[in-house]
Amino acid sequence: MTRRVPWTLLVALTLLVVPFLGSRFYTFVATDIVILALFATSLNLLLGFTGLVTFGHAAYFGIGAYTCALLMKELGVPFLLAWLAGGAMAAFFAAVFGFFCVRLTKIYFAMLTLAFAQIVWAVCFKWNDVTGGEQGLPNVPYPDLEWMDAVPLLADFRVGDKFFFVALVLVACCFAALRRIVDSPFGRILTVIRDNPERAQFIGINVRLYELAAFVVAGFFAGLSGALFGIFNRGVFPDFAYWTKSAEPLIMTLLGGMGHFWGPAVGAAALIILNQQITSYTEYWPFVLGLVLMILLFAFPGGIVGTLAGARWRLRRRPVTLPKPASDPVSRNA
Amino acid sequence: MTALLELREVHTSYGISRVLFGVSLEVARGECVCLLGRNGVGKTTTMRSIMGLTTPAEGTILWRGEDITGWPPHLVARAGIGFVPEDRRIFGELTTWENLDVAQRVAARRGPWTIEAVYDLFPKLRELADRPGGFLSGGEQQMLTIARTLMGNPELLLLDEPSEGLAPLVVDQLLERILLLKRQGLTILLAEQGVDFSLALADRVYVLEKGAVRFSGPAAALRDDAALRHELLAL
Repeated sequence: MTRRVPWTLLVALTLLVVPFLGSRFYTFVATDIVILALFATSLNLLLGFTGLVTFGHAAYFGIGAYTCALLMKELGVPFLLAWLAGGAMAAFFAAVFGFFCVRLTKIYFAMLTLAFAQIVWAVCFKWNDVTGGEQGLPNVPYPDLEWMDAVPLLADFRVGDKFFFVALVLVACCFAALRRIVDSPFGRILTVIRDNPERAQFIGINVRLYELAAFVVAGFFAGLSGALFGIFNRGVFPDFAYWTKSAEPLIMTLLGGMGHFWGPAVGAAALIILNQQITSYTEYWPFVLGLVLMILLFAFPGGIVGTLAGARWRLRRRPVTLPKPASDPVSRNA
Repeated sequence: MTALLELREVHTSYGISRVLFGVSLEVARGECVCLLGRNGVGKTTTMRSIMGLTTPAEGTILWRGEDITGWPPHLVARAGIGFVPEDRRIFGELTTWENLDVAQRVAARRGPWTIEAVYDLFPKLRELADRPGGFLSGGEQQMLTIARTLMGNPELLLLDEPSEGLAPLVVDQLLERILLLKRQGLTILLAEQGVDFSLALADRVYVLEKGAVRFSGPAAALRDDAALRHELLAL
């Protein structure tokens, strides 16, 4: 067994420093990264760990965002409660949609997830009375963060910085939970299903049920990240559930490496920073993104983390010859 | 007494290509029955039909007298039929122990088989407990596949070509272990091309040819009658 490094804690503690740099922009980018890292990691529970490709993950992001924003804005529900309700609502819809999706496999599964996501988008887009339709829900309030003034060191920060602290702590909790899920026997069963669904069946695994469970868990965490994003963005819009939003975590996950727990988070950071840098030089960001993806898919199919882990694996390899370095995503890319 | 497993006139096809043309067979409790036949006669398809991995177009599969035709594979597994497939692939990213642990956790049936018990049956696996399945040799993978299947505490073990692609020495070890299982009272349905391996184990034999049963009888009949063996199985 390998040494356990408490990565979640280390990363979270490191990021706590960001607001102390004093730049509104850095905090903005860091909040964006932290929230979308959770979105991408929730997707990777399906993509990397269960082997399910979904094109409709934005549905749950959007449902979480709308639920949380509506509860806070219209009903004055406290933030933490509204946030959890966002996740719960997303999980509920993931259960309903997933019930149908897991009956299909491969591309049919992916297309059905997309179809449901487009329905969610259409409802958000047209249901003017509740979702605000095309105009969305602007002016989502920040949570009440005045209590932070009582905390030494934090009192003098801007509200954006304070929200960053809140988002960081909550996302760190989500990462810790996801890590536990992935390392649990349940997570191992998901790995087994990804490895070979048929074989999983005849050792007695109800593959559909476990796929549905993974779908619901992924939807829950996508909802939580959407809820945070709605507040961060100061408004919730139908775009949140649009299919391009579903592509974002896919790209992040590919960029960072879907074979690793931290891949999507690294991918989220890389994509957002890259986007910030490139758009300051050129308006042709999609062109650059296309090039990056092409190079990535051909030269580094394991993503950033996969490539680094592969390099480390080769450096540390002992002269012991093992029969077959197969079926491990790290070595496959090596 | 009803047979533990009974196939009645099972017809199975993959799309438009029909593979089984009315296979009927019985396996009684405690028996070791072997499906013999050359490559492509339908041995694997028979097993896949029993497991529900390929649903028969016609015919009935009875398990302890109950019709299980069309059941999904995980329910067939939970009903007590353990399948060791031909490709014998374990879950490569999980360690030996994790492979067994997963199987134990999803097992619906309790019984004599625990991780310790299968380690006693295959002591080699105990040494390899922390090694990823992808790094095991072919023989070790075959042991792990059988061990993993035993974790489900099956009443009937379907073994699809267990000796295929293994070195003779490994085959002998495996044969000895399977004989031990048989002596402990496990019912076994074995598919084999190798006559020596199967006749060493089997009580009764079905010889398949072109998706139908060509011969059925006690293994001793084939063992003692070289001419018959030649007629049925010569290449």
